Amino acid sequence: MDTLPLPDDSTAAAPPTPDQLRELYSLMTAVRHLDISAVAWQRQGIIPGYAPELGQEAAQVGSGYAVDTSRDFVFPTYREMGVARAMGVNMVEYMSTHKATWHGGLYDPMKSRLAPIQAVVAGSVLHAVGWAHGQTLDGSDGVALTYFGDGASSQGDVHEAMNFAAVMKAPVVFFIQNNGWAISVPTERQVAGGCVAGRAAGYGMPALQVDGNDVVAVLDATRHAFAHCRAGNGPVVIEAMTYRRGPHSTSDNPGRYRSLDEERDGAGEDPLRRFRERLLSEGLADEPFFAQAQASAATQAEDIRAGLEALGPRPGSEMFDLVFQETTPVLQSQAASWREESEHV
Amino acid sequence: MSNSILEGETAGFRQTESAAGNVTVVMSMQQALNRALDEVLAENPKAVIFGEDCGRLGGVFRITDGLQSKHGENRVFDTPLAESGILGMSVGLAMAGFHPIPEVQFDGFAYPAINQIVCQIARMNYRSRGTLPMPITLRVPSFGGIRAPEHHGESLEALFAHVPGLKVVSPSNPHEAYHLLKYAATRPDPVIFMEPKSRYWQKGDVDAADGGSPEGAKVQREGRHLTLVAWGAMVARCLQVAELAAEDGIDIEVLDLRWLKPIDADALVASVRKTRRAVVVHEAPLTSGLGAEVAQLITQGCFDTLKAPVERVTGFDVPYPSGDLEDEYIPNIDRILFGIQRVLEYRRG
Repeated sequence: MDTLPLPDDSTAAAPPTPDQLRELYSLMTAVRHLDISAVAWQRQGIIPGYAPELGQEAAQVGSGYAVDTSRDFVFPTYREMGVARAMGVNMVEYMSTHKATWHGGLYDPMKSRLAPIQAVVAGSVLHAVGWAHGQTLDGSDGVALTYFGDGASSQGDVHEAMNFAAVMKAPVVFFIQNNGWAISVPTERQVAGGCVAGRAAGYGMPALQVDGNDVVAVLDATRHAFAHCRAGNGPVVIEAMTYRRGPHSTSDNPGRYRSLDEERDGAGEDPLRRFRERLLSEGLADEPFFAQAQASAATQAEDIRAGLEALGPRPGSEMFDLVFQETTPVLQSQAASWREESEHV
Repeated sequence: MSNSILEGETAGFRQTESAAGNVTVVMSMQQALNRALDEVLAENPKAVIFGEDCGRLGGVFRITDGLQSKHGENRVFDTPLAESGILGMSVGLAMAGFHPIPEVQFDGFAYPAINQIVCQIARMNYRSRGTLPMPITLRVPSFGGIRAPEHHGESLEALFAHVPGLKVVSPSNPHEAYHLLKYAATRPDPVIFMEPKSRYWQKGDVDAADGGSPEGAKVQREGRHLTLVAWGAMVARCLQVAELAAEDGIDIEVLDLRWLKPIDADALVASVRKTRRAVVVHEAPLTSGLGAEVAQLITQGCFDTLKAPVERVTGFDVPYPSGDLEDEYIPNIDRILFGIQRVLEYRRG
């Protein structure tokens, strides 16, 4: 669905090169491997919890790949591991949030151009609008890319964000991964009207609904949306239709709300296998390439696991030191009491 | 400290010159706040003011009057009518290097934005390990006393003070308003700036050149027999009470707490060590109000010398009432005097 036309932009419309297509495949393979590994690490007690994105690799890698980290800024939820990987974020520092090391992750948001991991559903969508309006005030051409899901689209902040962005013509791409499920509640019991993209017309914004399991379609849509924003035309909605193949989190039990048959029917074709077949049929990659991508993914995941296991807890003093830029006497006093009374120092 | 904004612009204001050569100007709190914001915009090109009706109208209380026409629509602008949007947008602007000075039009309108204030503004510096500071100065016309509709007379200081990552301040007169806002709006951390709306139109001396320390509490009247602790609009009322009590030979000290987070415990203890008696006065409901925190800090620091338990004279545990009843709700002179009497007449059992 393309409810409003986007301007033609030859650079945005340029199809990805064969090298870029192979890179996208390698990234998706690495994300798939890390995702499956992280669930295993949770079972092994290496990390206490994880929110899998199995099945959303095309939506995440395709959109994250479109980001220009020299000028754009990305606002994730807690399920954007594939976006972070595609953007080149340090993955030990990213995954540290799932090791319960630090809530927002240990990566530097300013250097990574990725806001801290956001646990509030729809919490950062308005932040993207504010950041984007800041680009307008500064005369910069950066674009904010904000992620949320079909469940989050029920939150009032999403409405406020879309309205603010449209009124201010802020350069924001609202990227919805409609993965069919908000924990246990399916989209049809969550999203009135059947799709989030349909709401954009009410705000006078263009919207693109894309096959979120087709990485090239997602990349293409995101590049178009970025071009639209950079040209000063205001915000865009992209709704990537995908499927959450795994549980909501490692604490979730989907058997309580959907059957395996329903899962198979809803999930459709695996985005990774589908892309592999396309690369094969177009003669852009061969079996040795796929094997190499898989081996590289395994090595990366192993390095990340080793990095996570080497991460100790942060010093407890950081609890006090990082609350404010300018600390307060009462915090200093509490920190002093903690140091004196704690057995751990 | 510069008083440049006042030079050549004092027409209409009554001026006096002190022995030290400082120029004191008489202005209302509304004018003092407006001057402070004008200077903040002039001094920091990254400062931006926005909210509902802040632009062309100058705010429903005219605190931002004339600032859009002087500094431009990129510096002072209206937003859609949605408080969560205003505060959520502030987070993104701060991340982009701005110093947002949003306004929530009335205290009760902060409730729809609580998620953004508590879960985002207060935590982003922490969550980002200090890499994304939140220099956000949230102005909130606060407290009661103006016969306003429902949700226009709330006292939210205890709620905000309880949230790690926020600082809270409230001025009591035009001089404090000018200096505290200039200070708050240049801090690298989020500050909730609670303006006592019932005092907006009261005039007072503003010495722009000499504000003293902008941190901590301030003794507004020295006394020997009892300390009245208050903030915002209650400071002026406590000063009135002190004048009345003086006629009976009771010498009352009035401590203007100013900062409600962090609370200046040293100033509380210094004052009550001297007077040995304390009454804390606030408009907010009694239960879990900031008076409890003040009473504990005094008790902790002055237990051995206190002549009586710390008294609290406060609003009641009821929804803020309609205008006809608000004088029954807000601590009045009589209720404060009764509180003082209970402390003075206390005898150890």
